[in-house]
Amino acid sequence: MSFDATGAAVGGLQADIRLRRGEFELDVSLSVEAGETAALLGPNGAGKSTIVAAIAGLLPLDGGVVRLAGRVLDEPAASVFVPPERRRIGVVFQDQVLFRHLNALDNVAFGLTSRGMRRALARERAQDWLDAMDLGDLGHRRSRALSGGQRQRVALARALACEPDLLVADEPLGSLDVTARNRLRRNLAAHLSSGRNGGSASPAAPRHGAGSVPRLLITHDPTDAFVLADHVHILENGRLTQSGTPDELRRAPATAYAADLSGINLVRGTARDGEITVADDDPTPSPTGRRPAVVLHAADTSMFGAVLATIHPRAIALHRERPSGSPRNVWRTTAEAVEPLGDITRVLLGSPLPLTADITPGAAHELLIRPGTTLWVSVKATEVDLAPDSRD
Amino acid sequence: MTDAPTANARNGNSGARRTARDLPPWPVALLACIGVVLFALPLVGLVARAPWTGLWTHLSSRFVVDAAVLSVVSSIAAAAVAALVGVPLAWVLARVSFPGRSAIRALVTLPMVLPPVVGGAALLFALGRRGVVGGPLHDATGLLLPYSIWGVILANAFVATPLVILTVEGALRNLDRRYELAAATLGASRLRVLWRVTLPMIGPALGVAVVVAWARALGEFGATVTFAGSLGGRTQTLPLAVFVALESNRDAAVAISLVLVALSLGLLIALRDRWWPSR
Repeated sequence: MSFDATGAAVGGLQADIRLRRGEFELDVSLSVEAGETAALLGPNGAGKSTIVAAIAGLLPLDGGVVRLAGRVLDEPAASVFVPPERRRIGVVFQDQVLFRHLNALDNVAFGLTSRGMRRALARERAQDWLDAMDLGDLGHRRSRALSGGQRQRVALARALACEPDLLVADEPLGSLDVTARNRLRRNLAAHLSSGRNGGSASPAAPRHGAGSVPRLLITHDPTDAFVLADHVHILENGRLTQSGTPDELRRAPATAYAADLSGINLVRGTARDGEITVADDDPTPSPTGRRPAVVLHAADTSMFGAVLATIHPRAIALHRERPSGSPRNVWRTTAEAVEPLGDITRVLLGSPLPLTADITPGAAHELLIRPGTTLWVSVKATEVDLAPDSRD
Repeated sequence: MTDAPTANARNGNSGARRTARDLPPWPVALLACIGVVLFALPLVGLVARAPWTGLWTHLSSRFVVDAAVLSVVSSIAAAAVAALVGVPLAWVLARVSFPGRSAIRALVTLPMVLPPVVGGAALLFALGRRGVVGGPLHDATGLLLPYSIWGVILANAFVATPLVILTVEGALRNLDRRYELAAATLGASRLRVLWRVTLPMIGPALGVAVVVAWARALGEFGATVTFAGSLGGRTQTLPLAVFVALESNRDAAVAISLVLVALSLGLLIALRDRWWPSR
């Protein structure tokens, strides 16, 4: 990151948003650095859409400031307001909002011609983007003739083709069912991270990925936030209640909502035919000198290579004896810590796989769990969700 | 097929039930039939009275050709004016919230319910030679709207524009605002958003609105005759020609009427196929 003469960060988004809409009051400060994906995670009605509207310029601020790439976009105190068409912010909307009367190619070219590019050149550039999104042959199709995943990639290409200073994805997986969500989340992870490091050999050639563009992901789904984002901001009732990396949030949730969301277990590994060999990031050697690799079984057999497996803490069952029955994943571990969190008791598990499990206080009492207690863990293969690991 | 009889029985059964449900109660059927007769009877009368052998002679007479040319030119011009004024008005009514919006909407749609003769008279009082605006306008420029083709176009536009306003305003209200917001975030100026996104997306409704406005202008009688008169070759449109010919040359009146009926029917069929949801 570079700095200008006043010491303010150049590039990236700094937003200090104060807005009042009727009874609802929004007061949020957040920043997204160049090349970073930040997630704004919160329940419905927390004010996520209002923040998108304020950043994109669809709703003027009552107070505060929005600064992007060194430009002030909205500052009521200084009577500055840049209209949305001059903000250079690409937005991927829920349900994509592709122009129905244009084909995929002209949807992607729309922003370029809006900025004064000749139509022929804009179409050439748009074709490059479609090629990069594996949609090269579908440029002539209207949006209703495209699948959900294809529409999402067209929407992403349309937003990125304008080379925006910020990419905002507003509930990009919003109204989809669980299977489609998992598939499209992978899709999005792959394309959000492409072109991330270094860019292309020739500076003149356009890069066809999100690259160093700061990205703000708006979502109510913790899996989206933890899988796709480097930094997560939790929004509750118009206020940010916690900000941090997914790991930080999981280690020390500040509110009940954050605790519920942030217990999500993320495990990095390598997938092959539904078997995930878990990467060993524990630097201490085991007494025997070599650790046996931990293998997780997932119901999803379609993924290969580096993956991020997510397991909800409530999907982890704990037992005193080795459980019999169908769970594919069963192993022995010790409880490292036991935290009562009101309705649930959170148990932090130790080697070989440090996971968080949420059980009822009653079950915790029955199992007599204390730090150091030996436990059996079981997880169904269907509870292990996979996404491509976008981190390097 | 071994279970064919069973399947047939089931189909027959469901078919019978559907027929029973589709049959209307007899009072409804009776009134509906009366309705059809009500609309069909005048057409039958017109066709029965038609001078089929001399049809072309009547239609190619100077009197009819002059009226037809004037009607086509003035109705197309009126439809253009209706679109040019009606679409921006509809946009303002749909998108801008201001005090008195309901009053403005009532004012601009008034010609739809006002007797056309009253509309024409009002135009005359405003824009006639001694009108509040027409007088000074005539003194300054020598332009006189009544009893000219400009008067015909104005009278036609006066009654046709409200149709455009109502149709387009409805379409704009039904359009998901996010399409326009998406276009704005892509760098499109507000005019470009209107031209490249809003208008194309309400295109079908806009098309219907303009065609209906044109048809209304083509059939306009009361406002035209009051404001522009019925001067042969200058302000006498087809509907006025029919009215005049009824006194002097009934065959010509019927011939013109047949042309107008055919045109209207063709229009409705075209609209149904292109824009109205077919089952």
